Amino acid sequence: MTAFPDFRSPRWAALSALLTTGVLLTACGSGAGGSGDDSGKPTSGGTLTFAVGSDAGCVDPQQVGSNESIYSVRQIVDSLTDQDPETGKIVPWLAKSWDINSDATQFTFHLRPGVTFSDGSKLTSQVVKDNFDAVPQLGALGTLAQGYLSSVKSTVAVDPLTVKVTFKEPNAQFLQATSTHSLGIESSASVQKTPQQKCSDGVVGTGPFVLKQYVQNQSITLAKRTGYDWGSSLWTKKGEAYLDKLVFKVVPEPGVRAGSLQSGQVDAISSVGKANEAALKGGQVTLLRRANPGVVFGLGINNSRPVLKDVKVRQAILAAVDRKQIADTVFPTGTQPATSVLAHTTPDYTDLSADLAFDAAKAKSLLDDAGWKAGSDGIRAKGGKKLSLVISWFPNAATNQPALELVQQQLKAVGIDVTLKQNQVSQFATTLQGGDFDLVWGNVTRADPDILRSSFSSKLANFYRLPASSLDTALSGQAATTDTAKRKQLVDEAQKLIVQNAYNVPVVELQTQLAVTKRVHGLAFDSGSRIQLHDTWIG
Amino acid sequence: MRRYVIKRLAQAVGVLWAAYTVSFLVLDFLPGDPVTAMAGAGMDSGDVHPARLAALRHEYGFDKPILVQYADYLGRAVRGDFGDAVSTGRPVTSTLADALPQTLQLTGAALLLAVLLGGGLAVVATYTSLRWLRQLLLSLPPLGVSVPTFWVGLLLVEAFSFRLHWFPAFGNDGLRDLVLPALTLAIPTGALVAQVLAKSLLTALDQAYVETARAKGAGRWRVHVRHALRNASLPALTVVGLLVGQLVAGSVVVETVFSRDGLGRVTAAAVTVQDLPVVQGVVVFGALIFVATNLVVDLVYPLLDPRIVVASGGRASFA
Repeated sequence: MTAFPDFRSPRWAALSALLTTGVLLTACGSGAGGSGDDSGKPTSGGTLTFAVGSDAGCVDPQQVGSNESIYSVRQIVDSLTDQDPETGKIVPWLAKSWDINSDATQFTFHLRPGVTFSDGSKLTSQVVKDNFDAVPQLGALGTLAQGYLSSVKSTVAVDPLTVKVTFKEPNAQFLQATSTHSLGIESSASVQKTPQQKCSDGVVGTGPFVLKQYVQNQSITLAKRTGYDWGSSLWTKKGEAYLDKLVFKVVPEPGVRAGSLQSGQVDAISSVGKANEAALKGGQVTLLRRANPGVVFGLGINNSRPVLKDVKVRQAILAAVDRKQIADTVFPTGTQPATSVLAHTTPDYTDLSADLAFDAAKAKSLLDDAGWKAGSDGIRAKGGKKLSLVISWFPNAATNQPALELVQQQLKAVGIDVTLKQNQVSQFATTLQGGDFDLVWGNVTRADPDILRSSFSSKLANFYRLPASSLDTALSGQAATTDTAKRKQLVDEAQKLIVQNAYNVPVVELQTQLAVTKRVHGLAFDSGSRIQLHDTWIG
Repeated sequence: MRRYVIKRLAQAVGVLWAAYTVSFLVLDFLPGDPVTAMAGAGMDSGDVHPARLAALRHEYGFDKPILVQYADYLGRAVRGDFGDAVSTGRPVTSTLADALPQTLQLTGAALLLAVLLGGGLAVVATYTSLRWLRQLLLSLPPLGVSVPTFWVGLLLVEAFSFRLHWFPAFGNDGLRDLVLPALTLAIPTGALVAQVLAKSLLTALDQAYVETARAKGAGRWRVHVRHALRNASLPALTVVGLLVGQLVAGSVVVETVFSRDGLGRVTAAAVTVQDLPVVQGVVVFGALIFVATNLVVDLVYPLLDPRIVVASGGRASFA
């Protein structure tokens, strides 16, 4: 078998962009939150054809982690709650209300009556319990859902429409977790299937669309659920969705996706990279972009490495990185440089741009103070040892390598020698677990600030080997409070501690970029920068 | 002849075993395993629990000693059971069986096009007495072999789908969807056929029997096609055995560019997530096709060319 090219590499992307730069029109539309002008009267009916880049081989919302699959399977299920992408506030969906005890260990949801699954069965507290009870058995693909429920003690159906979830320890993030696709509610019959059956056959949900056909690596077809009447409180249209049918086509090559949109073979495409933007600058296309919430793309630091134990060295790296240059050169238009360890779309985000300003002089003086003196080759050394660091990275995004090459140059300019070490994507988890890295490039998408605790608490997996500190207190504290103001203050404190101690080097926000034709209206991002298609119409 | 066939079959089994073993070792040598690959998918691994991973690895048997895993897999493979795909849980054999028709359609159409276009080009190039035309035609095959399939595919999509709207850019339902991918795959393959056939045609045209035929008054076209081409097609036939391998490998790229389902896409996906059972199945299946084609080609030789006999030593050779 001969080697096949990595189609995600910038070389191919540039090539395909070159080839698909066809239409010479000047106007370019780009909306921030949703597909632009919603003027005109919405009309029901029609089919939306959406080209995505890959197929995860699974159509169970509880088990998929890739955005490309979430776009479609998300539409099959509803969640207990929804999250306002503007404010981060949790609002009713299948649960019309909920109570949380004071230390965030007990969550009681009051379900909306009259909700049915597309197989005709009723939504009851027992169904919700069956769902949550089955999550730990989901296997390798279910790690997202399992993480949300990891410390669950019990789920009890109190009465037909009341369900109570109890945790062994405070777990404030659970409320937001109930708004995610990973904890979307499936019918009891679906939940009883094996994870693999759910993946290949799909599941029955209460959602605005129903799975009609799944052809692996080819397409996912959904049809409108007739009689749907329990949409999220965030949606503008009441009742059924506008569109009759959704067809998701798997088109792996980004240039072919862009060309198919331009030539009208599809109505919307996902994963638009910088290389394809030029091809899409036509009057008939709108680019939609939103930053992914969660931990931004950056360098995870192995804080147990002798060189990196010195806070001054870490702070020097922080100051030596010119985030704006990286965002503007490598990433899709509109990508924001990191202004905190959290992306600005994450609830309780704090703007720390002053602490993350590019300042090469400051970086140099910090390194001088730490005893690292510049040698004849420009690389600093201390006690005969050169200041050399290795950045481990994984080819899971086309932007990784060019971004890191810039980081490498920027660090070299202040006297830090950096080697880039490419690993297999499959090695990511093992690398973090094993701790055999200096710096590692990555991000985590999550629309709840508790992601800071999963990533940086020394009491959990602690992949970045942080020492026990007051940061732990802030992180545990935010997980144990239901007082939104108090939680915000603790999350704010945690972000400051992480950035000021330079436990992590935030670099850029990951931006999701889609493109749709001008016919498509009301296609909006949800809080996780994925999409809801209930309010989408074609006109 | 019977001994020869038996010996060749034994060789074929040896090749299959070697393909299986080498791919197993290579995949084992790669760090990580399918379970960690899946957990690390999308880089959102903030919530990866080491204990859970260990439990899953145990469930799939990836924690067993390598020799035990090898023996397990080989034992089942011999009985035609390649296990279940880790990423989907479906049996590997049905995963491949589902993808096979699409790939057969694509490679079959490509092979047909390759032989027609490549063969036609070789015949015309060697027949024409216009020097410039001959030079032009003979310079095409090296070009066809050297341009990347990926690029050719994108060019064709750009021209015939995005601009002219003649063919769809993706999918695999029906003949219209087949045209561009088959053409893309046929270009390097046809170029190879043309190269080999043109060269052996030129050699054949220098042979004494051609002169004899001409002296007997046969027309130029008749000499070219009936006499020279028949003799010259033997080396081209040998190449067909190799082409099958090239076509299957090329389908990885073509199926990705044209978003077609098939063995190539299955392979690409399986390699990305290190889905060992699927990769093993693909390797063995690929080797099987390759071995079978070459066996058939070898056995067909004596039928086409009576000068070839099968020696008792087990090798086909010129008598």
